[in-house]
Amino acid sequence: MEILQDLHPDVDFETEEHLVDDKILDSFDIVSLIAEINDNFDIAITAKDILPENFNSAQALYELIRRLEEEA
Amino acid sequence: MLFTSYAFLGFVAVLFLLYYIVPRRWQWGLLLGASYLFYALAGTEYLAYILVTTVTVYYTALRIERNADRQTGYLKEHKNELTKEEKKAYKDRQKSIRLRWILAGLLLNLGILAVVKYTNFAIANLNGLLHAFGKGESRQLSFLDLALPLGISFYTFQALGYLIDVYRGTVRAQRNFFRFALFVSFFPQLVQGPISRFGDLSQTLYAEHAFDKKTFSFGLQRILWGYFKKLVIADRMLVGVNALIGDPEAYQGAWVLVGMFFYACELYADFTGGIDITIGIAQTLGITLQENFERPFFSRSLKEYWRRWHITMGTWFRDYIFYPISVCKFMQKFNKACRRYLGEAVGKRLPVYLSSFVVWFATGIWHGASWNFIVWGLGNWAVLMVSETLEPLYDRFHQRFGAGGKAYRLFEVVRTFLLVSALRTFDCYRSVPVTFRMFGTLFTARNWNILWDGSLLGLGLSLLDYGILAVGVLMLVSVSLLQRHGSVRERIFAKPYPLRFVLWYGLFLTVLLMGAYGVGYDASQFIYNQF
Repeated sequence: MEILQDLHPDVDFETEEHLVDDKILDSFDIVSLIAEINDNFDIAITAKDILPENFNSAQALYELIRRLEEEA
Repeated sequence: MLFTSYAFLGFVAVLFLLYYIVPRRWQWGLLLGASYLFYALAGTEYLAYILVTTVTVYYTALRIERNADRQTGYLKEHKNELTKEEKKAYKDRQKSIRLRWILAGLLLNLGILAVVKYTNFAIANLNGLLHAFGKGESRQLSFLDLALPLGISFYTFQALGYLIDVYRGTVRAQRNFFRFALFVSFFPQLVQGPISRFGDLSQTLYAEHAFDKKTFSFGLQRILWGYFKKLVIADRMLVGVNALIGDPEAYQGAWVLVGMFFYACELYADFTGGIDITIGIAQTLGITLQENFERPFFSRSLKEYWRRWHITMGTWFRDYIFYPISVCKFMQKFNKACRRYLGEAVGKRLPVYLSSFVVWFATGIWHGASWNFIVWGLGNWAVLMVSETLEPLYDRFHQRFGAGGKAYRLFEVVRTFLLVSALRTFDCYRSVPVTFRMFGTLFTARNWNILWDGSLLGLGLSLLDYGILAVGVLMLVSVSLLQRHGSVRERIFAKPYPLRFVLWYGLFLTVLLMGAYGVGYDASQFIYNQF
């Protein structure tokens, strides 16, 4: 959540559910986000995980991280 | 067979008729036959290229999927016997097999594209180097006589996108070879896109379609609108553009600005018109293609413009080149190192700028094997990176001066239009030194009087032509403005029948009477056909 807030301080990530569809997060944001998440959580989000449904909300992103942690 | 030829209209008319007469389960087969006929008419020698791509991608995708399925089955079967490490080792082994298959598929098909499209470019550069190092004419390599197969850049990208999707497991491989062959060769989108994704197109491409009057007439309306853009506006503008770029020495200074504006209008009308015809034809067949444009000239920044112009190409480069490079292991390590040694602010940006560089280089060279396209691509990259870097500064400026009103938005739109058009001069003159020189004359040659002293009539366009162009461009802008509030065709559909009839029949007559055919004109090839 902190990483997201750093990227866009003006967005309410608690409630926003269309981060990609509404073009709040662009491709540059997504790449910086992945770099930070991979670093902080010691997982590897790869290009195949970059789907709108994984990045549309903080909750979806959390679920993706959890899934990748389990797989690791 | 050009979209603008009578033969093509006849071909499509016969297809429409047969399509709704034959049993519905044959419809997709008919489309495959029609697509291959269309392709063979462009040159039977090209058939081998598209067939090789179809066969190799089809087979590679199946091998990859079979391996992935076997892996899932094996892990499920031995769920309780294998340790975590053993599972991981097994998965890694299988993954490397899949990786080898996909690399083979990608290298072979990109290799074909590279050979037919870039060999002569490479030879020209080599010759340049040989010349520079004092080797005489005797050491010059001769060019190869390679014809560029129709639509190769488009169908190769579409097929490879599918292959990567299967590798990533986001779509299931198509088991029926002929169905897959239709996906690669579907004729309306073969020559200039849009570059479809298998996951999207397969939803409607193979389905059985009953004749639906509304869908069919909406398709025809869109085709008509496409022909209007192409024949009434683009091909008329082309006369002016050809005059201007055909003799750069004679047309300098303010003429460059006129050329920029003409070319912007021509390319927009040509490319979006072509895509309207493509999507319209698909719609009459009940097939949905992805939109390729979203009113790009209303963009407020270059970044936004590239999200709204040639969308399917942009997202292809993003999903299959930008993301994989940006998140690959090497880049992640590079990112970490950059952040450690260069600080957060710079370190975070550098890797993204590097991947973008690769993407824009690829975008440039995809458009054509020459330096002007590469410089054009990298010019876009440079502007995008500068704006990205300065974004915090812009934000502060906007907040400080409250720049968010309508007038400021209009300024941003005009600025973006000028920027895009200026960058496109590389595409226009097809020569980097000429483009720079011509751009320089904008500031040195003081000939602004040509804009009002009647010189514009010397470009091969009459006053009537300018009148038609002015009305045409105004119509494009008005339709785009209306589209912001939803489908224009739906709005017209809601009007009484006589009004609808007059509107569409009027447009039909306009295309027929005011299309740029006949003496002095020639319904020309679409600009994007050559890419």
